[in-house]
Amino acid sequence: MKKTASDYSHINGWGIDADPLDVPNYPIKKRNENDNKGMVWERPAQQPALVEVLHSNERPGLTAVFGTPNPPTGLSGQLRRFAFRYSESTWTHWLALLVADRINMMEGIGEDLKNGHIPDLIAEHGLKSELKFNKIGLAKKVLTGAAVITVAVLLMKSRSRDDD
Amino acid sequence: MLAMNYRGPYRVRADRNKPMPEIEHSSDAIVRVTRSCICGSDLHLYHGLVPDTRIGTTFGHEFIGVVEEVGDAVQNLKVGDSVLVPFNIACGKCVFCQQGLYGNCHESNPQATAVGGIFGYSHTAGGFDGGQAEYVRVPYADFGPTLIPDDMDHDDAVLLTDVVPTGYQAAEMGGIKPGDTVVIFGAGPIGIMAAKSAWLFGAGRVIVIDHIEYRLEFVKQYAQCEAYNFRSLEDPVLFIKKTTDWIGADVCIDAVGCEAAGDALQTITGRKLMLQAGSATALHWAINSVKKGGIVSIVGVYGPTGNLIPIGNVVNKGITIRANQASVKRLLPRLIEHVQAGRLDPKGIITHRIPMEEVGDAYHIFSAKLDNCIKTVLIPPSARK
Repeated sequence: MKKTASDYSHINGWGIDADPLDVPNYPIKKRNENDNKGMVWERPAQQPALVEVLHSNERPGLTAVFGTPNPPTGLSGQLRRFAFRYSESTWTHWLALLVADRINMMEGIGEDLKNGHIPDLIAEHGLKSELKFNKIGLAKKVLTGAAVITVAVLLMKSRSRDDD
Repeated sequence: MLAMNYRGPYRVRADRNKPMPEIEHSSDAIVRVTRSCICGSDLHLYHGLVPDTRIGTTFGHEFIGVVEEVGDAVQNLKVGDSVLVPFNIACGKCVFCQQGLYGNCHESNPQATAVGGIFGYSHTAGGFDGGQAEYVRVPYADFGPTLIPDDMDHDDAVLLTDVVPTGYQAAEMGGIKPGDTVVIFGAGPIGIMAAKSAWLFGAGRVIVIDHIEYRLEFVKQYAQCEAYNFRSLEDPVLFIKKTTDWIGADVCIDAVGCEAAGDALQTITGRKLMLQAGSATALHWAINSVKKGGIVSIVGVYGPTGNLIPIGNVVNKGITIRANQASVKRLLPRLIEHVQAGRLDPKGIITHRIPMEEVGDAYHIFSAKLDNCIKTVLIPPSARK
């Protein structure tokens, strides 16, 4: 044991879990009879797939349970189906999913509007708390945004004048 | 029912019309949520960094509640039981669960083989809705959910679903020997719990590195450790070398993950351009700060693609890297003992209790680190009566 720097009596429980053999939880790999045999355990009952559930091509089928909310739909869904043709080891798989997520966000806005729901962006972004706890930061962001928009508008105007 | 509803990066709302969850498998239970936390790793979802995070998803993998309904095959739980629900969804039967690797269950996530199912953590983690809602479906109810001891404060219980086990396992995986110097990168809830846990394994020095001043002050008091702001250190790796007599730390813990600050190249390529699976600054520093033959323990969450880290130094220094999602169910008996004995005080890190209806503000406060926020608990309406 190393020489410890000082007295640790002020720390409740110091060293209580220091000996791994005294701690039954210590993460030593437990060997069992199913090691090295593949998927040979007694599988739980299979959840019925009542919606489309994509699965990694690195496994033979669905797991015994899975989540069913938000099955793939629309353009984002098509992209997700494409992504799952590739393994988890490929960039194609993950980049396609990320692009699908961004498309899905636009689909979400469209769906909201179709249902007559106008997203409350102030509440969704938590801007009330920004106003409450970070007034100066919020003012800086607003001013920066306004400055960027002003510059962009001026640039566009001067370009259109040049074209004339 | 009322539930958090993800609408895109930095946009979440309280949805009052989410359909109630149903029993979909004979081993399911439906739990009425009484407390649900926002985890630092929820922010990776909130920031749009986790692939296959679908619009309409309800986040939340740290929750407790009361059993409302059970499937036909459930034997260990009954309606009315108060339970804490580990964030891992684990069958308890597969070859990995049989080894105690409950974060790596092979029967709970069809979408990815690299991770087991996690409540409310995208379709990459199984596509389950999470507990930031009034009700939640809990699969494998006979295995995961654990009865909350009668004498346990429910604020402590909700933090035993993830934060405490993850911080504890970070220290455990470090293989800390009495007298070791342990450096923890990140003073968020997980880093704070890792610091606290490192002492239980007999650490001689515990050093926490971050750049958020109020969190450094907090961890210094709460975990009785040293805490340094890397913005005021010219080079955190050099600082660790100097303060360990030019040897390096015995154990380094990455409790930050993919949104680390502190290195422009990592931030631009990882967080802004997403050319790598997040910014790996903390891991980079951990590898370079640990001594030759030392151990780096990773509990920070990274994306599934790849990251820029000095793997050559891992080889040349003979470093052991240990990493995993916490195996909550394995650790619970010991951690409940620690809480009951007063060695761990989980609820001490809760700074904000926010009604679930204000989930947009709750996420923003935590994400932007406003109002000295460390840990946020969402309280559904039924739990406020």
